Amino acid sequence: MKSIKDLNLISEQMKYIIDIRKNNTPTDNQYKKHILVCGGTGCTSSNSELILERLNQELQRHSLDDKIKTVKTGCFGLCALGPIMIVYPEGTFYSMVKPDDIPEIVESHLLNNQIVKRLVYSETLTDDGVKSLSETNFYKKQKRVALRNCGVINPESIDEYIATGGYQALSKVLTSKTPDDVINIIKDSGLRGRGGGGFPTGLKWSFAKASESDQKYVCCNADEGDPGAFMDRSILEGDPHVVIEAMAIAGYAIGASQGYVYIRAEYPIAVKRLEIAINQAKDYGLLGNNIFDSNFNFNLEIRLGAGAFVCGEETALMTSIEGHRGEPRPRPPFPAVKGLFEKPTVLNNVETYANIPQIIINGADWFASMGTEKSKGTKVFALGGKIKNTGLVEVPMGTTLREIIEEIGGGIPGGKKFKAAQTGGPSGGCIPAKHIDVPIDYDNLIAIGSMMGSGGLIVMDENNCMVDIAKFFLAFTVDESCGKCTPCRVGTKRLYEILDKITKGQGTMEDLDKLENLCYYIKENSLCGLGQTAPNPVLSTLKYFKDEYIDHIQNKKCTAGVCKDLLSFYILPDKCKGCTLCARKCPVGAISGGIKSPHVIDASKCIKCGACFDGCKFGAIIKK
Amino acid sequence: MAILFQGTKQQELELKEVIEKHKDQRGALMPVLQKAQEIYGYLPIEVQKMIATGLKIPLEEIYGVATFYSLFSLNPKGKYRISVCLGTACYVKGSGDIFDAISQKLGIKNGECTPDGKFSLEACRCIGACGLAPVMTINDDVHGRLTVNDIDKILSQY
Repeated sequence: MKSIKDLNLISEQMKYIIDIRKNNTPTDNQYKKHILVCGGTGCTSSNSELILERLNQELQRHSLDDKIKTVKTGCFGLCALGPIMIVYPEGTFYSMVKPDDIPEIVESHLLNNQIVKRLVYSETLTDDGVKSLSETNFYKKQKRVALRNCGVINPESIDEYIATGGYQALSKVLTSKTPDDVINIIKDSGLRGRGGGGFPTGLKWSFAKASESDQKYVCCNADEGDPGAFMDRSILEGDPHVVIEAMAIAGYAIGASQGYVYIRAEYPIAVKRLEIAINQAKDYGLLGNNIFDSNFNFNLEIRLGAGAFVCGEETALMTSIEGHRGEPRPRPPFPAVKGLFEKPTVLNNVETYANIPQIIINGADWFASMGTEKSKGTKVFALGGKIKNTGLVEVPMGTTLREIIEEIGGGIPGGKKFKAAQTGGPSGGCIPAKHIDVPIDYDNLIAIGSMMGSGGLIVMDENNCMVDIAKFFLAFTVDESCGKCTPCRVGTKRLYEILDKITKGQGTMEDLDKLENLCYYIKENSLCGLGQTAPNPVLSTLKYFKDEYIDHIQNKKCTAGVCKDLLSFYILPDKCKGCTLCARKCPVGAISGGIKSPHVIDASKCIKCGACFDGCKFGAIIKK
Repeated sequence: MAILFQGTKQQELELKEVIEKHKDQRGALMPVLQKAQEIYGYLPIEVQKMIATGLKIPLEEIYGVATFYSLFSLNPKGKYRISVCLGTACYVKGSGDIFDAISQKLGIKNGECTPDGKFSLEACRCIGACGLAPVMTINDDVHGRLTVNDIDKILSQY
């Protein structure tokens, strides 16, 4: 591919994809229908590969395979309902599909035009058919910029990406913009890093451009380590070319000809799709030398992580690419001056990059029109925990937690009460119910003691113990602390020990003061972001849920029923029917009793695993 | 307990090929260790020594890198590798209990292998299938929406 003309030609030829899938107007001369099956990690884990296979078999059997096209896409976002498939042009959204449902769908829907109502996502069902997904509560308030192609295109087809306007931004900057123009557009857009820190992206690029060097690098942080955050993975799985295009644009802006994507080895599907995409871009001349006849060269390499959370920190990530233990380096010098292989380097995360081509195409003003005063654009959140609609959502900055949890997320299952939302992963904090109406942006989250982080949003209800959650995150940081600096290595361990003591009912009130002082000490003295933010889960729970800590210490009670040392399981004799199920479930033989007579738990043998509690059909087992 | 190294000539040839391919690349050590683990299943000292010679990197540096990253293992894994997700989304939905129950049932702790070499158990961080929480994987199979009561049935499939 040598010119923008070649690009436009492919785009024109492939336009029918957009027409049928986005505008619901079939202009595909060959295929009357497109069936999209989600091939994201969530749906793949619940067998979507098999569904696609069955679908192709059935289509063949009915000689429909030359009239109906099947497409494996990236994540649709509504993971709770997976595996998901959509039939276009009508836009019928089938959820929780099983391989055995396929013959019915093919015969009823595809042959006889009768949608299979029992499998259609109930929210899209109306009296006279189905309504568009965009009108459902889950999608209505979303604004998809970074995720715009996820669940729409086949991620393994560069042509489909080009059909959605792909590589137009790269061609635009290479043919009509100077590097300074590009940097100014990004600066004016107000885009800030989506990986956690929220540093202005344009400013970062301008620093790297200003550094003189024979070689510079562009890196992509795809080492998405926050447990419960999976937006970067979904972008790479659903729309890998957007990252490639954006990295090339960054390379042009700062004057780099080599890029690296550092990606978690735990994401095999994302790695594979990115490899395919890189090879396709090379074949099309969109990576390599003299791209669009502009004398601009750019190459891209993938490097796999090996399971170290600290490598999400920028200097540690670069040390790891260099082939060393992934330990952070002191800053300054900042990577923009001395980064990878000691050369000026720009590092952005996946979601940040996913915004860049759209900003170039639609302009800085368009991007800056979304969001709040200091946080522009949209943010993707991975909604998880105690929430009905688990999945990925992208909303304008400034959306409130209430809108995300109650409207988009569909609220908490089982009529339980909302207790807290955890954002920012192990670096963030827990936001209590009283702040549920705060508009979410970088600065507001910090003001209420949490942080944006990469966008994990875990909802917790009354059955989650906040001391236990703080301990959970500290166990994580103790495990992941690289050990280079003492405040983090030893400090987090001590924090963990104090928390552990409290959850066992052995804490004292002095421990709370110790805990707080140690938190501030670790924050101020750690070398990198991991240690500096590690105490946040403790500080935020201490701030908002101190009474729970006190309850553990003074009353030796865990009201949420989580901390096992403070719990005992009992059988209510009047409710027990003597069905013997619990005795059979008990892994340690701690439950005894005859058939049809009330059972008893031997507290000295009980390991408090909860198998009896979960298994009892009569609600006869209680924990307190 | 040290397990005897039983590398084959074939494996050694494969490793040498990998080293040859990467040796002039900057930052070659990580990709080479990753491939070596694919070949041998783990990274015993014998393999580290071969890499040290091939890449001309001191053995202690290789040992340092191999022990830093959690995906590198110096011990062999079980025939079936059980990995329970202790990511936040799974944890708040009770994956800690799932882990404890499996540990109890198999009599092994995190990172250990049953004496017959059949199962090994580890806790992992988010695999990103949060919609199915709580989740565990056994080799490449994903088991989701778990309860403690499902465990016997699942393990009996292996």
